[in-house]
Amino acid sequence: MSKQQNTLMGWIDDRLPVTQTFEKHMSKYYAPKNFNFWYFFGVLSMMMLANQILTGVWLTMNFVPSAEGAFASVEFIMRDVEWGWLIRYLHSTGATFFFIAVYLHMMRAVLYGSYQKPRELIWIFGMLIYLALMAEAFMGYVLPWGQMSYWGAQVIISLFSVIPFGIGDALTEWIRGDFLISGATLNRFFALHVVALPLVIVGLVVVHLLALHEVGSNNPDGIDIKKLKDENGKPLDGIPFHPYYTVHDLVGIVVFLMIFCTVLFFFPEGNGFALEYANFEPANGLKTPAHIAPVWYFGSFYAILRAVPDKLLGVIAMGAAIAILFVLPWLDRSPVRSWRYKGWISKIFIVVFGFNFVLLTWLGTQPATATLTSIAQVASVIYFSFFIGMPFYTRMEKTKPVPERVTGGH
Amino acid sequence: MKKIFALIAAVIPAFALAAGGDVHLDKHLTDLTDNASLQRGAQTFANYCMGCHATSHARYNRVARDLEIPEKLMMENLVSDPDKKFGDLMTIAMTTEDAKQWFGAPPPDLTLVARVRRPDWLYTYLRSFYVDPSRPWGVNNVVFKDVGMPHVLADLQGVQLKGTAQVAVGFDTLTGQEITEEHHDVLYLAEEGSLSASEYDKLVFDLVNFLTYMAEPIAVERERLGWWVLLFLAIFFVPVYMLNKEFWRDVK
Repeated sequence: MSKQQNTLMGWIDDRLPVTQTFEKHMSKYYAPKNFNFWYFFGVLSMMMLANQILTGVWLTMNFVPSAEGAFASVEFIMRDVEWGWLIRYLHSTGATFFFIAVYLHMMRAVLYGSYQKPRELIWIFGMLIYLALMAEAFMGYVLPWGQMSYWGAQVIISLFSVIPFGIGDALTEWIRGDFLISGATLNRFFALHVVALPLVIVGLVVVHLLALHEVGSNNPDGIDIKKLKDENGKPLDGIPFHPYYTVHDLVGIVVFLMIFCTVLFFFPEGNGFALEYANFEPANGLKTPAHIAPVWYFGSFYAILRAVPDKLLGVIAMGAAIAILFVLPWLDRSPVRSWRYKGWISKIFIVVFGFNFVLLTWLGTQPATATLTSIAQVASVIYFSFFIGMPFYTRMEKTKPVPERVTGGH
Repeated sequence: MKKIFALIAAVIPAFALAAGGDVHLDKHLTDLTDNASLQRGAQTFANYCMGCHATSHARYNRVARDLEIPEKLMMENLVSDPDKKFGDLMTIAMTTEDAKQWFGAPPPDLTLVARVRRPDWLYTYLRSFYVDPSRPWGVNNVVFKDVGMPHVLADLQGVQLKGTAQVAVGFDTLTGQEITEEHHDVLYLAEEGSLSASEYDKLVFDLVNFLTYMAEPIAVERERLGWWVLLFLAIFFVPVYMLNKEFWRDVK
């Protein structure tokens, strides 16, 4: 395959398939030419992952993973470490923007049916990434050892205690490594947050991409571009990912960075959403805060948990809300992928689902008043009916004919 | 009597205490670029707060550098502990055990208090102590009910009571005279301190300004840098956009 035996690249290619790999995944990977705004969030998620790993490595250099030293070491980073404040804000604001990108990336899949056959595995791997990311974010939030770190962990870990037959209490104790959240918990969360889970996430991202490049990217029309090829075997509606989408994604990256940097440099606390105000107070096991709120990106599931009056059923509902996402590819029975060609029931459900998820997210960050709990209950029902009703409404409704070629391209 | 009345008319934070609800907070127009204000705040902090409250994540030399206070001046006037060096953390000598005995709960470290409580809360809190003989220190607070802290600034502010008082609500446009209304559950000064009401407000303003600086010393630099970063991204956007346009010209 290497025609340039005498060049350095040829020498390497004979020993390691660098050119071949680059071609397979970049310069000869044909992507549909009609990607829109929603298709930026995959690469943006990857960029935020890189940001979290890089800034995380530098934070580790000065962070002290102990109950006595953690809080002070974060302030040491903020005050005494050269550029420490920037690295810390890149990491804390980065977590928020990572989740923004991931949520929009997932919404894109819902809009255009990217989870449908033959991309079920891509969706499953994506969901596993999301699950690992939630664990990663949760453990990361415990590390600064503020009041919300402590009490948030207290609430989330105590969820496991609802498991009956004495398993729950033993399990929570095993997770914490102590009878309550303590330095032992902090230490193990540190190990998992900086070593174990990043490895898992990076591994899953690789598999997610390999699976994607095996079947090829979906597009806003949900058309299989490999059906129509030219005389050279290239898809008529496909263009090489590099250079077309590398230069295209760069535009999205710069715009995204502008928004990211605006928050980072001017509102690093994100109005109490990115860095909760109560978390600037050191953890105190004897002083329960008046209002324990999760970070915003867990809000939706926390709202569903609180919407159910019974604790055990609430935990089940929350688990089900996440679990049901995994089977999404088999719930959608529509003959078409994209919502552009689905019937009006699907269209309304998808839009309502999107806004409903935002509403749930917000509700999860608010104190549970009677009114808000009622709203959360309605929103939870809407959340589940989107999925449970899907096998029925996607089959019942009349879909529109899907065109042969992609539309709305450049 | 006349003096008392004038003071009542000048009632500051006129709180309406909603039952169980949150108290109204006065706005603190934080200005971290006002070095004179920050310096005055640092002075008040060193003189009145640091006996009990540490800012143990901050260092003297950093405060001096940021607030443009010369080392000699700082060490002579703002550092009371002779064992402290210029680069030391701003800790205090009081032990947690002693503090617990004296106050019930140890006075919290104030390095980050402005990020926990927010400036508006602090600005209102420090002006909302009132006489309450049922409390150990003889004072209570509207914003922080049954707080364990004595009113250390009482000499400056004077004696503040909570009850029914005449509150100035505006001026008569014809006569220029003050219009007052009887309000219940408001704070009013029964006895003037060494500062006038507006002087006291200013002192607290400066103190809160300093505490806000203390909570995030990098804030001003962060925003300054932010503009440059955004400017860079805006300029960088132009070639990136044009590159994209150029490449995509041949995609039909």
